[in-house]
Amino acid sequence: MEATIATPDVNKGAWTGGGKEPLGASYGKMMMWFFIVSDALTFSGFLVSYGLMRFKFFDSWPIADEVFTHVPFTHGHYPMYYVAFMTFILIFSSVTMVLAVDAGHQMKKSKVSLYMLLTIIGGLIFLGSQAWEWKNFIGGTYGALQLQDGKIVQFVNAEGHQVALKDFVVKSNSERVPHTRSNGLWFVKDAGAVPEFTVSDVVKSFKANPEINLRTEQVDLATKKKVILSRAEANKFLAKATDVVKGANLKVNEYGKTLFADFFFFITGFHGFHVFSGIMINIIIFFNVIIGTYERRGHYEMIEKVGLYWHFVDLVWVFVFTFFYLV
Amino acid sequence: MTHAESHTGLIWKVFGILSLITIVEVFLGIHKPDSLYLTHFLGTSILNIIFLVLTLVKAYGIAWYFMHLKQEKAGLRRAIVWTAVFLICYLATLVLIEGNYLGDILSSYTKWNY
Repeated sequence: MEATIATPDVNKGAWTGGGKEPLGASYGKMMMWFFIVSDALTFSGFLVSYGLMRFKFFDSWPIADEVFTHVPFTHGHYPMYYVAFMTFILIFSSVTMVLAVDAGHQMKKSKVSLYMLLTIIGGLIFLGSQAWEWKNFIGGTYGALQLQDGKIVQFVNAEGHQVALKDFVVKSNSERVPHTRSNGLWFVKDAGAVPEFTVSDVVKSFKANPEINLRTEQVDLATKKKVILSRAEANKFLAKATDVVKGANLKVNEYGKTLFADFFFFITGFHGFHVFSGIMINIIIFFNVIIGTYERRGHYEMIEKVGLYWHFVDLVWVFVFTFFYLV
Repeated sequence: MTHAESHTGLIWKVFGILSLITIVEVFLGIHKPDSLYLTHFLGTSILNIIFLVLTLVKAYGIAWYFMHLKQEKAGLRRAIVWTAVFLICYLATLVLIEGNYLGDILSSYTKWNY
């Protein structure tokens, strides 16, 4: 059999312990690249399926600028600023990671540990921001009505800016109590929290406020803005309203298509989980650096390998950012 | 591999370029100038094409300089990049053509009045 092996080596098999380095890459690095390429294809599968649904509903997809408008400690309409900050944080943690790799090549233990620590902190800030973004998306901003065929209608003022339900809806006196199994029908489930307003409250208040208009999900393709209805049409739409919606979850989404929320939770959630595992791996490697594991091993290649994973997470975010927030 | 020269200068330069691209993207994303946004080019708007190109430039910066693809052997680099780029383009092209078709069909059946 030895004749079929290009460089016979009795001590080491082709892959054991990185004895052989095909294409100049050690075993660990090669395997990290195998993982990254396959994970890249997984993410592309998700993003392409998002694209499929976006193309399918090209005339009624939510406009991301109107969905993600929150900035901490302020109120108002600030599209994109916070997600730009998140992108910046992730790129910066990529830089500290690559600086750690660079310091590792020069066997500078204290520099490696400092940069690893900064990378971990950057990852934690990103993850916290992600959680905050989710909280806002789940909690909602304005509230909307859902029609019986699942369409969402939102309320806008004379300038075309969205108006929150709580700013114009007058509550009726009827008290709404969440349904419980013990004092009602045991086979009926209340769908989550009881909304603050009833559908008839909203419709009545809409009719009392002539300056408020109704906006549909439909996008006017010439101006790329959502279509605002006339009062007469709006009343026909409101006659079909069945639910008051506040916030977004996997079943309903006040900003428009439920699929948008589903994909947002799934893709940013999957990416966030990658960031989480990246932080965990970084922490383990950070402690290994501190106790001198790589100093004794004679090289810091492990930093390079976890670095590849961390940069990949950043790379994916670049695409998620583009397809969810920009395009 | 040991005691290699330091590349910190290059790293900060790449960081500067990536940050600049992000700032340009965010600026365009917030303002959406009508002259770019309300156009039709290659099946989408010029603004979206700009976003895609800038994204690919960012991806190149991250992969080549942060992930050290530039320093890897050409064979390894090609095995990684060509494989992924080919498969992703293939998937995206076919699926988005299908999505376009679904959208065309669906929009003629969707009612926007009652």
